[in-house]
Amino acid sequence: MLNIQYFASIREALNRSEEQLELPASVATVDQLIAHLLQLNPHFKAVFNGKDKILVAVNQTVADKNCLLSANDEVAFFPPMTGG
Amino acid sequence: MISIQTADFSLDEEYKKLRERAGDAGAIVTFTGLVREIYDSGSEATGQLKENREGKISTLYLEHYPGMTEKSLQQISDQAARTWPLLATRIIHRVGQLSAKDQIVFVGTASAHRQDAFESAQFMMDYLKSNAPFWKKQSSESGSVWIESKQSDTDALDRWQN
Repeated sequence: MLNIQYFASIREALNRSEEQLELPASVATVDQLIAHLLQLNPHFKAVFNGKDKILVAVNQTVADKNCLLSANDEVAFFPPMTGG
Repeated sequence: MISIQTADFSLDEEYKKLRERAGDAGAIVTFTGLVREIYDSGSEATGQLKENREGKISTLYLEHYPGMTEKSLQQISDQAARTWPLLATRIIHRVGQLSAKDQIVFVGTASAHRQDAFESAQFMMDYLKSNAPFWKKQSSESGSVWIESKQSDTDALDRWQN
């Protein structure tokens, strides 16, 4: 199972912090996962296609949208970090 | 050594422990970040716009990504230790609900010479601002808003790229 996590403004805008998803055969990359999530949840479009930058991490390392996914990966979506 | 915690920390205690771990250090640099009363919440906010977007904050909420945050801080600390001859490093970052003037972050480095201690402490701070998964949300009289990342914080990393 894919474990998907959402943080900060993304978590609030989507109104969910995490979900489990069977990796669909049509999804090989992060980009394709986003397309799949938008299909499942049309209201995600306002967040993912909005002007605000969204970062993605795969297995707790920041990744780009071409990153390949495996069945049990942990994928996280969040805004640019503001620590310190 | 890294810690992510809701509790406050004591500068005296941390300095003492760093000094004990540092062996034959000739220099210890410590940096403490505090929650400001006024937060500039926008990257492009300048002049009038900036004034409108600033507000007195009553609380600051720090969210993090358990697991990845620890990993990121450890990587930053390891990278500093590879780049400078350090005898000890320490990072503490608080999470949860904080108020204006609270201590929020601590970075300490120990080295034989001051320049290595100064530079590595600044390096660790610059990196943890933009490369460790923490997010700040400020609450004021006018409501709550997530603080946007600043271009100046990303630009601060450029100096370490060479």
